Amino acid sequence: MNLLTMVMQLLQGMVITTEVFVLTLLFSLPLGLVVSFGRMSKNGLLRILTKFYISVMRGTPLMLQMIVVYFAPYYVFGVKIASSYRFIAVIMAFSINYAAYFAEIYRGGIEAVAVGQYEAAKVLGYNRFQTFFKIVMPQVIKHILPAVTNETITLVKDTSLAFAISVAEMFTLAKQIAAAQTTIMPLMVAGLFYYIFNLAVAAGMEALEKKLSYYR
Amino acid sequence: MKLLEINHLKKEFDGLGVIKDISLSVEQGEVISIIGPSGSGKSTLLRCATMLENMDGGELIYHGEKAAWENEKGGCTYAPKNDLKRIRKYFGLVFQNFNLFPHYSVLKNIIDAPMSVDKISKKEAMERAEKLLAQLGLTDKKDAYPYQLSGGQQQRVSIARALALQPEILFFDEPTSALDPELTGEVLKVIKELAKEHMTMIIVTHEMQFAREVSDRIIFMEDGVIQQQGTPEEIFTAPNERVKAFIGKFVG
Ligand SMILES: Nc1ncnc2c1ncn2[C@@H]1O[C@H](COP(=O)(O)OP(=O)(O)O)[C@@H](O)[C@H]1O
Ligand SMILES: [Mg+2]
Repeated sequence: MNLLTMVMQLLQGMVITTEVFVLTLLFSLPLGLVVSFGRMSKNGLLRILTKFYISVMRGTPLMLQMIVVYFAPYYVFGVKIASSYRFIAVIMAFSINYAAYFAEIYRGGIEAVAVGQYEAAKVLGYNRFQTFFKIVMPQVIKHILPAVTNETITLVKDTSLAFAISVAEMFTLAKQIAAAQTTIMPLMVAGLFYYIFNLAVAAGMEALEKKLSYYR
Repeated sequence: MKLLEINHLKKEFDGLGVIKDISLSVEQGEVISIIGPSGSGKSTLLRCATMLENMDGGELIYHGEKAAWENEKGGCTYAPKNDLKRIRKYFGLVFQNFNLFPHYSVLKNIIDAPMSVDKISKKEAMERAEKLLAQLGLTDKKDAYPYQLSGGQQQRVSIARALALQPEILFFDEPTSALDPELTGEVLKVIKELAKEHMTMIIVTHEMQFAREVSDRIIFMEDGVIQQQGTPEEIFTAPNERVKAFIGKFVG
């Protein structure tokens, strides 16, 4: 196999990797907000439940969570697992896992907004919805951006865990090619791709941070 | 006409009475200063009047409309949400530490509430804002962000923000306490000008000379009660023992 075919194959894997990355962010970013609301709820039971959920998600390996999600339909419900379910299982596991991390980041950001901001908004007559989306959220986003960048970069690397249930993302393919051809080259190339991916992510986040630096 | 009436207000924190039976009524155009030692409940009184705190007893009436009243269970019942929304429009509040929205420019801080709360057009909101900015000497700062302004300028913006909603009564909670001494003058001057235009105001302040000049009535609060109230002359020339001791600390 020449270098070009190998790179082409890895790029196909890169498409799957990117899909896992984008879909996970798409689901976990809003889900994390919902979880953070639960975590800060006035309802004690809801607070305990979300706290427990977050601690399990953060306290057990993502790979284990993914395998559980993948095999649960079979072992719990006796449903035969279709191969198309692999990708779905990855997205589900990644989303609920990252939502827990994002929830804690949101919570920190929301709690860092000064009470005075809520009080000013209340006296001015903003309703709760306006207060949250016009006054609080923009300040939260600016505050949490560095932490979200960290998680996002971790996510790029975590996509490689999908190899554990044989989803054909880049790392899975790189490992297969490396084994078949007995060369370390595909792994090196994959590493380079992850690195470039993350450079792009970091650059994007930095641009966003810069855009929000018009105020303090 | 009575703009505000507070009857037998009570407020407790953790079972401790912070406001013990305060009654107060405010006429259109009146300027009232509230003075008193720290911890005497001045902020709590303003926060109850502006509905940032729930009262534990008594009633709160704006323009004859009841916002809160005492119920049989010995607490307070508040008017339905929609009534409160309307009642909130009667007043504005200027905070000690401004609480401007940091992500909004000066102009946006002033026009946003009129537009998104009162639903007035952008054109009208801008006209109001321009007028206020000129009046408060902030025209050249309208595109600045709060962090780029001095404390005195920030406080003037927050006054403009409150005035843009055209409240009938404006509360100030120690509007100059967070400012360097050389910046208090510009804020006090703005409040004095508002007083000349007969804006109804209730001002918690430690600036005795200012209170004396600007007020129609001065209220001295201590331990959650009104110890003495009267015209500036009455308060400063014939203070009771407690007031004398308090004012004495300021004169030195
Ligand atoms: N949110 C609160 N929780 C508990 N105690 C409070 C709270 N707000 C004020 N207090 C107490 O109420 C008293 C009056 O406070 P405050 O109204 O701020 O006084 P002032 O403005 O005259 O200095 C103080 O003893 C203060 O500690
Ligand atoms: Mg106070």
